[in-house]
Amino acid sequence: MQNLGIQILFQGNNFLRLWEGLWVSLKLAVISMSFSICLGMLFGMVMTSTNKLVRFFCRLYLETVRIMPQLVLLFLVYFGAAKHLNVNLSGGTAAVLVFTFWGTAEMGDLVRSALESIPVHQYQSGYALGFGKIGVYRHIIIPQTIRRLLPSMMNLLTRMVKTTSLVVLIGVIEVVKVGKQIIDASRYTVPDAALWVYGVIFIMYFAVCYPFSRAAALLDKKLRD
Amino acid sequence: MDFEFIRAYAPLYASAAGLTLTIAFLGIFLSVVIGLLCSLVKIFKIPVLTTIVNGYIEISRNTPLLIQLFFLYFGLPKIGIVLSSETCGITGLAFLGGSYMAETFRTGIEQIPKIQTDSGLSLGMTGLQIFRFIILPQAIATSVPVFCANIIFLIKETSVFSAVALADLMFVAKDLIGIYYKTDEALFMLVISYLLILLPVSAFCTLLERRVRYAEFGNSDPVSGK
Repeated sequence: MQNLGIQILFQGNNFLRLWEGLWVSLKLAVISMSFSICLGMLFGMVMTSTNKLVRFFCRLYLETVRIMPQLVLLFLVYFGAAKHLNVNLSGGTAAVLVFTFWGTAEMGDLVRSALESIPVHQYQSGYALGFGKIGVYRHIIIPQTIRRLLPSMMNLLTRMVKTTSLVVLIGVIEVVKVGKQIIDASRYTVPDAALWVYGVIFIMYFAVCYPFSRAAALLDKKLRD
Repeated sequence: MDFEFIRAYAPLYASAAGLTLTIAFLGIFLSVVIGLLCSLVKIFKIPVLTTIVNGYIEISRNTPLLIQLFFLYFGLPKIGIVLSSETCGITGLAFLGGSYMAETFRTGIEQIPKIQTDSGLSLGMTGLQIFRFIILPQAIATSVPVFCANIIFLIKETSVFSAVALADLMFVAKDLIGIYYKTDEALFMLVISYLLILLPVSAFCTLLERRVRYAEFGNSDPVSGK
């Protein structure tokens, strides 16, 4: 057997460095996700408004986000902001901005459909029992909405994690970049490093995303029964 | 905004858009084929194959396309499998899309209550007739919206192909920004190109959804009456 390429992972602290790299994109995902959840809740409630104009703008925002690839949005913010607003955004900031912009729309739509899936009689019974509008939301609607929301929120989180892998294309030093550094550093000693490094990154992403999507599937099933 | 520049480089974008579309089309076609096969395996619960298909679906759904492409493009040549950028793009897209399509088809068919098959049988229909006249129309009605969403999602995902040196729209835009520093023009044309590709697809999908909704069972859920 020839010189095993897998050893590249255990040389020095390579493996640790890869995890640190992954942590960078995970951090971006978690930050954007928290913003998206907060803003998305608000946006979702706005979306249920009966005002035609409000609905139109919500729709426009949602469709814009849905139609533009996230990478295009990233480019727009990363290159566009530097030129027009004269602010030099770091890749990370641009990524958080874009992913929050995207996540808020997606989250908002989830919140909207969860809110709409709650039968009208729930509201009416609340009012009949003498709850105010806030009381109905606080005690009746929101608790039920969150239960229904959890699985799709987790799915959104895995999508967010997967999408943050794009940040390497706007120059953030994350797991793929670290992987490239490792490959380049050992170009002559371990020629087949690329296979192992990219293979491990592949597995790492899987290891992070799988528990969430599994949990989402289980929760979904539990809700259905 | 420099319109001369836009006019001069529009053909470059057009050919890049053509490439994006070709690859998206082939990738999506393959993912539909993979999706059909995988969903059939899951519906008929073929012993060993089901486990393999389940594994494939989980792996493909829980990893980013970009990483899949890197592995295909930079990793595989080390064990002697050299793929061109185009093949890489198509393979990656089909690998990713296959699982999404499989899940769409499977849920479309499995969510039709068993009672309908039984009713069909008691009316003296054959298995094939039940599938053709009862299951399929309803399955299509419920799968089409998700199917369309998948197609738009897959076309959008093609934007990462520039990372494996495929001269698609992103690649051209990045090039123009790098060479001429015409950021506005390059980004403007990028957005326009994607709009030109995706808006018609999205509009067509909305139309299609409206069309197939007629086939839904009574257009409402008979139990809850919603």
